[in-house]
Amino acid sequence: MSHRSTVPRRIGPSLGLVPFLLYAGIFLVVPTVVVFVSAFRGDPATGGFTLDAFRRLGAAPILSITRDTLVLSFATALVGAVVGGGVAYVVSTASPTGVLRRFVTSICGVLAQFGGVALAFAFIATVGNTGVVTQLLGLSDTRWLFSLKGLMLVYTYFQVPLMVIVFLPALDGIRPQWREAADTLGASTWAYWRHVGFPLLAPAFLGSALLLFANAFATYATARALVNQGSPLLSLKIGDSLGNEIGLARGNLAASLAVEMVLIVALVMTGYVLLQRRTSRWLR
Amino acid sequence: MSATTRARQQRLTRWAVLLVVGGLFALPLVSMFAYSVRITPQNRSAFNSWKAIVANDQLRHAIVTSLELAGLTVLGMLLLLVPTMIWIRIRLPWAVRLVEFLCLLPLTIPAIVLVVGLDNVMSWVNYLVTTGPLALTFVYIVLVLPYCYRALDAGLAAIDVKTLSEAARSLGASWTTVVLRVIVPNITSALLSASFLAVAVVLGEFTIASLFFYDNLQVVIALIGLENSNVSVATSLAALIFGVLLLVTISFVGGRRPRQEVES
Amino acid sequence: MKRSIPGLGVAALAVAVTLAGCAAPTQTNDAAGSDNTGASGESSADYMDTLVADAQKEGELNVIALPPTWANYGNIISAFSDKYDIKVNSKLPDTDSQTEIDTAKRLAGQKSAPDVFDLSQAVALANTDMFAPYQVQTWDDIPEDNKDADGKWVNDYGGFMSVGYDSDVVPEVTSLDDLTKAEYKGKVALNGDPTTSGSGLNGVLMAALANGGSVDDVAPGVAYYKKLNGAGSLIPVDVTPATIESGQTAVVIDWDYLNAAETKQLPSWKVMVPDNAVVGGYYFQAINADAPHPNAARLWQEFLYSDEGQNLWLAGGARPIRADAMVEAGTIDQKLYDALPPVDGEPVFPTADQAAAAATYLADHWAEATG
Repeated sequence: MSHRSTVPRRIGPSLGLVPFLLYAGIFLVVPTVVVFVSAFRGDPATGGFTLDAFRRLGAAPILSITRDTLVLSFATALVGAVVGGGVAYVVSTASPTGVLRRFVTSICGVLAQFGGVALAFAFIATVGNTGVVTQLLGLSDTRWLFSLKGLMLVYTYFQVPLMVIVFLPALDGIRPQWREAADTLGASTWAYWRHVGFPLLAPAFLGSALLLFANAFATYATARALVNQGSPLLSLKIGDSLGNEIGLARGNLAASLAVEMVLIVALVMTGYVLLQRRTSRWLR
Repeated sequence: MSATTRARQQRLTRWAVLLVVGGLFALPLVSMFAYSVRITPQNRSAFNSWKAIVANDQLRHAIVTSLELAGLTVLGMLLLLVPTMIWIRIRLPWAVRLVEFLCLLPLTIPAIVLVVGLDNVMSWVNYLVTTGPLALTFVYIVLVLPYCYRALDAGLAAIDVKTLSEAARSLGASWTTVVLRVIVPNITSALLSASFLAVAVVLGEFTIASLFFYDNLQVVIALIGLENSNVSVATSLAALIFGVLLLVTISFVGGRRPRQEVES
Repeated sequence: MKRSIPGLGVAALAVAVTLAGCAAPTQTNDAAGSDNTGASGESSADYMDTLVADAQKEGELNVIALPPTWANYGNIISAFSDKYDIKVNSKLPDTDSQTEIDTAKRLAGQKSAPDVFDLSQAVALANTDMFAPYQVQTWDDIPEDNKDADGKWVNDYGGFMSVGYDSDVVPEVTSLDDLTKAEYKGKVALNGDPTTSGSGLNGVLMAALANGGSVDDVAPGVAYYKKLNGAGSLIPVDVTPATIESGQTAVVIDWDYLNAAETKQLPSWKVMVPDNAVVGGYYFQAINADAPHPNAARLWQEFLYSDEGQNLWLAGGARPIRADAMVEAGTIDQKLYDALPPVDGEPVFPTADQAAAAATYLADHWAEATG
């Protein structure tokens, strides 16, 4: 046991966090706070501070937009996590230095960030009016692509590769010895996964799913390219409030929507932390 | 079930899954290619739009800018995140959730709003460091935090960081040795994933670069898209292929070390 | 000693974070030339020579929100740049008017701030305190209604709302009602959301005029788009050259000069203005009061309002503001002028108040159309 008093003991190690806090403080927290403060600003003409922008968050149009955004984000996070998790597992069984793994992970890395106008057009070129698949299968009505359902499909295109990339390191941590040990004890594949595999992977799986949720939640360019009318998502509503030709711009609404988005993600993250604590009990 | 039967089953499953999923994911890319080689009055020969990519000077400069930004961002991210994440796991367990939340924050605020708050910060960067496009590095490091944190977290969770570091320290290793020679070799897959994501994010970033008036890869692609649709689709596809080749190259830097190093 | 290190750390954190919230010292722009209002009446040739010399000394011009295919701005920029040997920095080509103003405010005092603006009516009239007054040499050719008495803003070009369509993919469009027919299913797009975009808003006004409404009575316009949506014709996708040329948006409701630009890429793209539903709109040219290159900005305006500049806009399918004066003087490019889409019916130009009222109405009611 050290003879030193407890005070330096407690503060000393915290110093290791200072570089990160400094960087995040300057380049992340400060911009966020500036945005938050601007949510309280009133109309440019009248000036002063007001809660107006926050009141509009509770109004019917924005409530339904919030609900739609949440549904879209949870759904694509779920599909992305499950499908991506499966693909990641399959990749993890391959040779770690082999060609397959290198190519699949590289392709996933690139597709995870593929979005915006280019991705939207890729789908238009596939299932749009004159799309390759439309012509092959003789489909007639292609309007579904420009609705929330279409967005779900398009989002999945980058959610799945993202899951593969962030979840693979967790799968790599599974030692083959554990499987062998389970085998020698006579466990079936299902028993192995239920008692060893899933509990060990649950925290990383949930964490990755959380990332997928936040990723879908804040996506803007892809949604804008496909659904330019009606702004059914929170990020699109923010865009509408900032980029305006007809004098209806509301910078403070954009900021208050951003505050709402941060609060929602904080809430979801709290749920994730609670869920993680629960699943970690399986490991005991 | 014997090990070899399982291995064979795994291989079959592997190929089946990858072929099905890969085939589905290849469809939009194939459609993009088909569109880029369409013959139109503007595009008289099939590969004109692809040839135009090579001839574009502005694009070449933008590619170099984006590559430099990607390299610097990966470096900055690794230097910032890896020591911090290791340290909080060993010494500051209460800080883990704080850092986790801070690393999720950049993803929740859409870039168009974040720019409002970044203005003053960027003016300091321009004043103190540089006014050129590399000033974006500071912002990009923050943008990649959510993805890289998650990848590194998955890797660190799989090894017992506390035990490893304490064992190394008790054998007299300095902190640098602990990080560089004990922990890092055990999380190469996570480091690689994090680097991949950082590179991909930087190569794909558009909004912040355009709002701060820098010409990176995506800004130039968007500019091309305003005039010529064949060329812009070809350029987007080329950027994807370029990204894949780049990442494959980076994966060789990871070396041929086997996954488990810790038994020695 | 150990105890002061954590204290130092916290102090450093606090200082850095506070500083980061404030702006860095920037250079202020040189105000030379920024009080030139152009109304001095100096002899034309001498004045222009001095202006050109001053502008060339500045060497650069910052423009914003000028897409190359929007009213031929690509060629206008290169013509200006070649003629006067001034480098033109064109940034954020695909952005909207409000972002132009916001960016100018954000970059106030910096070298990269925009010098000139090309704005929609609503945004221009709401931000006149940001403009420097200037009257070009050809000021008298411009009708009174199309310029500010003090010279703060002046209309540059105008157009009418039109329907552009690919004649190889869909049958000829003779009126707005045609678009509800089965042949147009899943192919009609309005360029921009009417609650944010000028072309979107005016597209609704055009539909209102065509369906018994007026600029003050916008409800029939919303009802029309609701019908179009119900018939399955309307798709909410963002219109780009790629969506047009791929056949996804084979019909686009947009300004006639924007549709005309597409004809250059796709020869089968035709443009029609509906009979008796002629909605016109102008864009507003202004100089940033805080322009980092004030002389280049004024030279840019002189170029735009010269015969050469006006004819370049005409080449982009837009109707230049000096068109009437130029037709009289014989300096207009007659071939291009005759090639503009024919307009049948009395043109209606919504005033700022009418447009604002329509915008407010649509903010509440557009959701009915998109369902």
